[in-house]
Amino acid sequence: MNPTDLANQASATAQRALELAAQARMLAEAHVAPVAAAADPFLYLLTIFLLACFVGYYVVWNVTPALHSPLMGVTNAISSVIVVGAILATGLGESLAAQVFGFLAAALAAVNIFGGFIVTRRMLAMFQSKKKG
Amino acid sequence: MAATLSTLAYLVAAVLFILALRGLSHPTTSRRGNLYGMVGMGIAIVATLLRPGMGGGGIGLIILALAIGGGAGAYIASRIQMTALPQLVAAFHSLVGLSAVFVAAAAFYAPESFGIGHAGEIHGGSLVEMSLGLAIGAITFSGSVIAFAKLQALMSGAPITFKGQHWLNLGLGILLLVLVIAFVASGSAALFWLIAILAFALGFLLIIPIGGADMPVVVSMLNSYSGWAAAGIGFTLSNLLLIVTGALVGASGAILSYIMCKGMNRSIINVLLGGFGTDAGGAAAAGGGGGGERAPVKAGSPEDAAYIMKNAQKIIVVPGYGMAVAQAQQVLREMGDLLKKEGAQVEYAIHPVAGRMPGHMNVLLAEANVPYEDVKELEEINPEFAEADVAFVIGANDVTNPAAKTDKSSPIYGMPILDVERAKTVFFIKRGMASGYAGVDNELFFRPNTMMLFGDAKKVTQEIVQALQRD
Repeated sequence: MNPTDLANQASATAQRALELAAQARMLAEAHVAPVAAAADPFLYLLTIFLLACFVGYYVVWNVTPALHSPLMGVTNAISSVIVVGAILATGLGESLAAQVFGFLAAALAAVNIFGGFIVTRRMLAMFQSKKKG
Repeated sequence: MAATLSTLAYLVAAVLFILALRGLSHPTTSRRGNLYGMVGMGIAIVATLLRPGMGGGGIGLIILALAIGGGAGAYIASRIQMTALPQLVAAFHSLVGLSAVFVAAAAFYAPESFGIGHAGEIHGGSLVEMSLGLAIGAITFSGSVIAFAKLQALMSGAPITFKGQHWLNLGLGILLLVLVIAFVASGSAALFWLIAILAFALGFLLIIPIGGADMPVVVSMLNSYSGWAAAGIGFTLSNLLLIVTGALVGASGAILSYIMCKGMNRSIINVLLGGFGTDAGGAAAAGGGGGGERAPVKAGSPEDAAYIMKNAQKIIVVPGYGMAVAQAQQVLREMGDLLKKEGAQVEYAIHPVAGRMPGHMNVLLAEANVPYEDVKELEEINPEFAEADVAFVIGANDVTNPAAKTDKSSPIYGMPILDVERAKTVFFIKRGMASGYAGVDNELFFRPNTMMLFGDAKKVTQEIVQALQRD
């Protein structure tokens, strides 16, 4: 097969793929959009929440008991992701009260973020294998 | 940054958090896991700062808050002693709780920022979620403050009980529910703060009846609460990352609480109702105070112990909270090293509820440079006691008590124990004959193959080390 034929075949295949993609998009827009609009956003959040509970359940059972203290350190640090809410409240500045509360919440969560990760790192640094030979 | 992009960034952060927990399945992968967690948090913070509408002044304030809090956190975390880990974690939980309360308040006063309505007319669903996040956050805060005070010995570790306690808590719980309903119906600021105050009081009252040695359960449970509080706030703000992280942390704390309860063969309800070991709890929690000396026990000297261990092939060390109190882990490892040099096999047996938080003993031994391969969990080590020449119990008591297997009337009946009595010789380092936290006598003390080494755990172990070095 010479190079020109190959190139022609390739471009024909590409053309076909583009047509299929366009069709698929039209189909998707026709069917998916109304379904998405109909569902309650709360249900999406609830779905995410429940699935995350299951993920957490299986991941945490896999944590070795020797590392249960570092586990508490890490979970402590990541639960301070609540700082996201604090940042929005402070940064968007819709009201003075919200800014004050947001500022306080951000400072408290930051203690946890830095404190939690650092103390966990200190703990984990001690769990070295020291088997000689 | 557009909303889609920040949502994507949150998704990446959530995945990184899951990987952070996943890394903890083995010590070798755990450090990378912790790094994933930090990167995830960094992504979440940056993505939020880049959201549209962030004002320059606002960003300045945020960076100031993060710098103050972060500086304090870094300072404390890099200086804290590993024996003080449980109270540090309790203190950190309280901050998450209070932070959740403040974020709920911010959302209440500026609902526009979070797209949940306008001040005074917030959507009903959002008010439900907000009050949940608020109440759980407040309970986490005051509960953790009490746990901290007990662990730091700012207040007695003994359970504080009074008549009608449980009815009072139940009444407050119902009142809290009524207030939440009224708040959702009216959206009033006064009710918002009433919920906060009531939840603070409830958190306080829930933890005071729980004794010092039950703190592993309490700390795990508050860990779980801090997760649920974050998830509640996540629902309020419709934030995917907060919901996922809250669920992860909530599940993690719940599993740890379950493991701790199983380690004591008690139900979570039994622990939460508190009052366990009321008679002896205080003294025992403080590391075993006086207590009447009883006759037929065989007391030995550190030299005797050194002599017997020198000729032993297999030694299993059983550390408990008393070791942490006496700060004996370093000298214990020295003893282990010397015995290994003599050709003995030295292993460490950890009971699930040893210490004041899950995995506390493992961290202390790791700090003293004990290789983690030598540290074994209960199920793994129990069959080995029968082959052991020496079981060396340092600062533990109830977790070795055979009454848990034989005496149906004992408060610790059914609790899984370390079978130290199967070893040829059992050493107990204790300050005196006081019973353990559960307030029950340990019959092992009176057995012919048991030798008691009376004194401070660190001092006695030091004397054994000196005796081992002498000859």
